[in-house]
Amino acid sequence: MKHFRAPRLSLRFVPVWRRNFLVWRKLAIPSMLGNLADPMLYMLGLGYGLGALLPDVGGMPYLTFLAGGTVAYSTMNSATFETLYSGFSRMHVQKTWDAILNTPLTLDDVLLGEWIWAASKALLSGLAILAIVWTLGLERSFWVSLWIIPVVILTGLCFSGMGLAMNAISPNYDFFLYYFTLVITPMVLLCGVFYPVSQLPEALQRVSAWLPLAHAIELVRPLIQGQMPQQAGLHAFALCAWGGAGFWLGLGLTRRRLLS
Amino acid sequence: MPVLSATGLTKRYGQLAAVAGIDLAVAKGECFGLLGPNGAGKTTTLRLLLGLVEPDGGEIRLLGQPVPGQARRARQRVGVVPQVDNLDPDFTVRENLLVYGRYFGLRDRAIEARIPALLEFAGLAHRAEAPIATLSGGMKRRLTLARALVNDPELVFLDEPTTGLDPQARHRLWQGLRRLKAQGKTLILTTHFMEEAERLCDRVAIMDHGRIIAEGSPRALIERHIEPLVVEVYGETAGQWADAFGQHLCQRLERAGESVFCYTSDGAALLENLRQHANLEVTHRPANLEDVFLKLTGRELRD
Repeated sequence: MKHFRAPRLSLRFVPVWRRNFLVWRKLAIPSMLGNLADPMLYMLGLGYGLGALLPDVGGMPYLTFLAGGTVAYSTMNSATFETLYSGFSRMHVQKTWDAILNTPLTLDDVLLGEWIWAASKALLSGLAILAIVWTLGLERSFWVSLWIIPVVILTGLCFSGMGLAMNAISPNYDFFLYYFTLVITPMVLLCGVFYPVSQLPEALQRVSAWLPLAHAIELVRPLIQGQMPQQAGLHAFALCAWGGAGFWLGLGLTRRRLLS
Repeated sequence: MPVLSATGLTKRYGQLAAVAGIDLAVAKGECFGLLGPNGAGKTTTLRLLLGLVEPDGGEIRLLGQPVPGQARRARQRVGVVPQVDNLDPDFTVRENLLVYGRYFGLRDRAIEARIPALLEFAGLAHRAEAPIATLSGGMKRRLTLARALVNDPELVFLDEPTTGLDPQARHRLWQGLRRLKAQGKTLILTTHFMEEAERLCDRVAIMDHGRIIAEGSPRALIERHIEPLVVEVYGETAGQWADAFGQHLCQRLERAGESVFCYTSDGAALLENLRQHANLEVTHRPANLEDVFLKLTGRELRD
């Protein structure tokens, strides 16, 4: 159990973050296309195409409804892909983490750097959707909508932490399909990205209330509508709890994987 | 005062004792070789010494710091060349050095100032902007060595530094290691190339099944464990020759397939006898570290 000792966090993670940033800068254009353009196209396509056929959804035009879900969804996706596929490359394929562990940095520093890095990329994805919201004038109040930024940061940390736990137990890239099929996709369908959670049977609504994506959306959607979310503290706590637990578990499992 | 010492070092994986109670002491400026067949526990020992794995027993001091307790502080002044290349494939040669230096808390300006000398050391001054994928195996190894020097370490660990290199690249790397020794750096290397250990190391320890079974300078080990002359006899009838004559004419005799290895301190009678067996191929040479290694660890394959 010694591998699951509390994380030791310090600013020494910064060079790890900078390493990933330098790589990203070289590959920024294809990376942004994949991360940013995809959810944007879905949102606009479904929002206009499907939205024209629908009355107001949840008390707002469908495009606006979808925009709130897409901010959270896009942030989640970006954090998840970064910690799973890119993180696995660095840990297992390129052995980048092994190289770093031979320096004064510890695995705690490496994982903290990866956590914050993935959350940074996720922030960029969330901001890109938010920029569309602003461009199309979907928000009720610009100033209130700025609160979406800290929500996106929390959402990114939440799913990056969970992704690191998944990465730690993966034998290969194929393994991540389980996570997408069994966790991410059901979450998208249960948490109110495309339709209100209230449309679901009651049993599924109760499941949804525990899922992190639902909490993120409960925060973002009212903020686009110009309202402060109800129970904001509870939702923020849920995101922190999922992300913090994921990071701690991920760190413990990665210690067991690389340091024994 | 040794720069590295370990006493009673132990690491178990379930029933298997990967490292079964070893004692080591390496003096400043020394080149120390850790030899052993695959699976002897060399790499586990290195990981223990660097504080990457917690030992089940024993004590380690690296550059005055207790390990693993203060391993971070010790690693600040240590360089490591790992067995498997883990250069950053997304970066150029120069970027690899820069990014690695940052892990030691060095400022970009300080690293940039060191890079020309590191590139010169690695013979890569003209390839500073080259992507890693365009380098040969030897160049990658040299860059990995240069990367290990980015913090100007007092002690460098090298885990099988020349495995997989061609002879030219291997000799070039050995030159680099001799230069480091001349600068007074302490080198600790694992290898299963006995020639490498004999050329570079002041002192070697032979490890097998997690224990150190012999230790000393290559010369002293050869004198202590092996008769000075080796006569190798090959041929279909080598076995019969060994039964008929070899037994009496050698002090010690080992067989491997159609080869017979005779160890002796006086080869005159032996060679005279072999002259009468023209169908046998014969080479004689002074005993070397490989003979010691094979005597102590046996000739069976370790896969």
